[in-house]
Amino acid sequence: MEFLEAVFVTPFASIADNPEFLLEVIIGGLLTGVMYSLVALGFVLIYKASGVFNFAQGVMVLFAALTFVGLINLGMPVWLAFLATIAVMVALAFVIERVVLRPLVNQEPIILFMATIGITFFLNGFGQLVWGSDIKVLDIGIPKEPIIIGGILINEFDLVAAAVAGVLVAGLAVFFQKTTVGRALRAVADDHQAALSVGIPLKTIWVIVWSVAGIVGLVTGIMWGSNLGVQFSLSLIALKALPVLILGGFTSIPGAIVGGLIVGAGEKVAEVFWGPAFGGAIEDWFAYMLALVFLLFRPQGLFGERIIERV
Amino acid sequence: MLYREAGQFKTSYGADQAIFAIPQDRVVFSLILVIGFVVVPLVASEYMLLTIMIPFLVFALAAIGLNILTGYAGQLSLGTGGFMAVGAFAAFKLATSFPALDVVPVFLLAGLVAAAVGVVFGLPSLRIKGFYLAVATLASQFFLIWMFNKFPWFFNYSPSGVISAPPRSVFGIAAVTGAEASPVAKYLFTLSFVGILALAAKNLIRGRIGRSWMAIRDMDIAAEIIGIKPLAAKLSAFAVSSFYVGIAGALWALVYTGSVEALAFDIDRSFQILFMVIIGGLGSILGSFLGAAFIILTPLFLDRAGLWFGFPVPVNVLTNLENMIFGGLIVFFLIVEPRGLARLWQIAKEKLRLWPFPH
Repeated sequence: MEFLEAVFVTPFASIADNPEFLLEVIIGGLLTGVMYSLVALGFVLIYKASGVFNFAQGVMVLFAALTFVGLINLGMPVWLAFLATIAVMVALAFVIERVVLRPLVNQEPIILFMATIGITFFLNGFGQLVWGSDIKVLDIGIPKEPIIIGGILINEFDLVAAAVAGVLVAGLAVFFQKTTVGRALRAVADDHQAALSVGIPLKTIWVIVWSVAGIVGLVTGIMWGSNLGVQFSLSLIALKALPVLILGGFTSIPGAIVGGLIVGAGEKVAEVFWGPAFGGAIEDWFAYMLALVFLLFRPQGLFGERIIERV
Repeated sequence: MLYREAGQFKTSYGADQAIFAIPQDRVVFSLILVIGFVVVPLVASEYMLLTIMIPFLVFALAAIGLNILTGYAGQLSLGTGGFMAVGAFAAFKLATSFPALDVVPVFLLAGLVAAAVGVVFGLPSLRIKGFYLAVATLASQFFLIWMFNKFPWFFNYSPSGVISAPPRSVFGIAAVTGAEASPVAKYLFTLSFVGILALAAKNLIRGRIGRSWMAIRDMDIAAEIIGIKPLAAKLSAFAVSSFYVGIAGALWALVYTGSVEALAFDIDRSFQILFMVIIGGLGSILGSFLGAAFIILTPLFLDRAGLWFGFPVPVNVLTNLENMIFGGLIVFFLIVEPRGLARLWQIAKEKLRLWPFPH
């Protein structure tokens, strides 16, 4: 009885008491969701273009952030470190394409998935070997003051993160829609063989896609890193991005954004209002359960391509 | 091979279907059994039994469980750790609630509990598949571990959340859990359990259920059309797989580490077992053993390798190097033979059969 009351009565009562607090929680959640979206975006880019479920995205975020911080600590100005890290990520994309993807062309998806887990282990060791495994502070001057807009408390940092995500998505949209390379990428995403037969070089496309995912990873790493410090646990946010992916659909960029927002807001609301009923810390699995229930009704996610099967 | 099957003709379907069709194979296998049951306990040191052989067997059992689900039934799962935890905690609760119960029924019942939980979390597989399913099984992983950490009932209200295994014996012969159990008894108990369950798995797979799993794996729609019930096939795969994984979890907690804690079964454990299955070979019982051996031995070997070269390597550098080498090896093996060590063994056998002639 007590439990039922804690699930069905108390949360709604406290929401009704203080609707502004609910709004605050939702907005806070949405802004965290933006960060999830950023990680999910990297996954979607690679999955769309090569059908590889890239588990290494999380560790790419960590690696990019480590490199970035490491270069700044070596005395590089921020802009130069940023460019240098982009160069490193592009080089990484080259190496991955050449060493891992090319020999595994035409293998089953699960084999490629395992290969990306291998990359995860490797990069994890490599990044921490080169840059050390202690927690590093990343401060590139993003303001962190809480401000009050319309009676609601918002962290300035979250607003900056949202703006960065917006710019990034807009940039990607322009890149995909307007440039030749972007069109080629979309063609590859639609149909590998058809794209090959009209003369799109698949290998180059893969390098580009992994580079773009690496750059998205760098931006994500900078945002998460300035918030939490650059450390190993950064690579674990990849796990948080997975429910975002299945909510939004593996192949959809808008899906990644909307999924991230839903997961972020849903998670915070559940934790704050329903958490006490379950003894707290339900954030760990709430997103997965949400995604699971959601999948029962829509197996391809919100914006995923419809699954049509033939024998 | 040192021997060939030339001149041995099979005269019945039974002979053709036998697991070891050639007498020499049977001899080799009996030898392996003798080594496992007699020679190893006599020769191996306590350290070797406790840190290599027992975890190897436990992991092999878990890998067989996951192989049934992923390799034979084609349902990718990342929730193995969660199901291991279910088996471990179920065994612990059963052992402490019914002190009179023997270890064997405790473990079997723990497996059944895990199977029931597996069926519940297998339900989404009826609607979704592939990577969507993999991510969905992560839900079970996180939810189960959270549950075991959160509710003190599961660890008998122990304040630290870590509990030690109660001492129990098998058929009143020898203690196999708890502090007094001898390593040899533990090892023989684990070996018998794993051996019998592996044999059961092999036969299950060769039978009707196993064939329905493989049909579902190869193409579920086509399987449905030829009259295989996807509901029954998928859920039975989840049930059997979780049964195996659950017993592996129970063995891990009660026999191997001697303490039950949810943290031992986190997401890394799930990935570790998935590695074993893939490196060993999807859809192969032998592969599960080979994969488990590879994953257990590689880190130990890398640890030692640092010492052999003689230069002192700081611990954190060594861990990172290990990660790098381990990741590199995984990619390397996938490139060389995506179908795993079991396939490499098969190729070697075929080559040796013709050797020294090229054709």
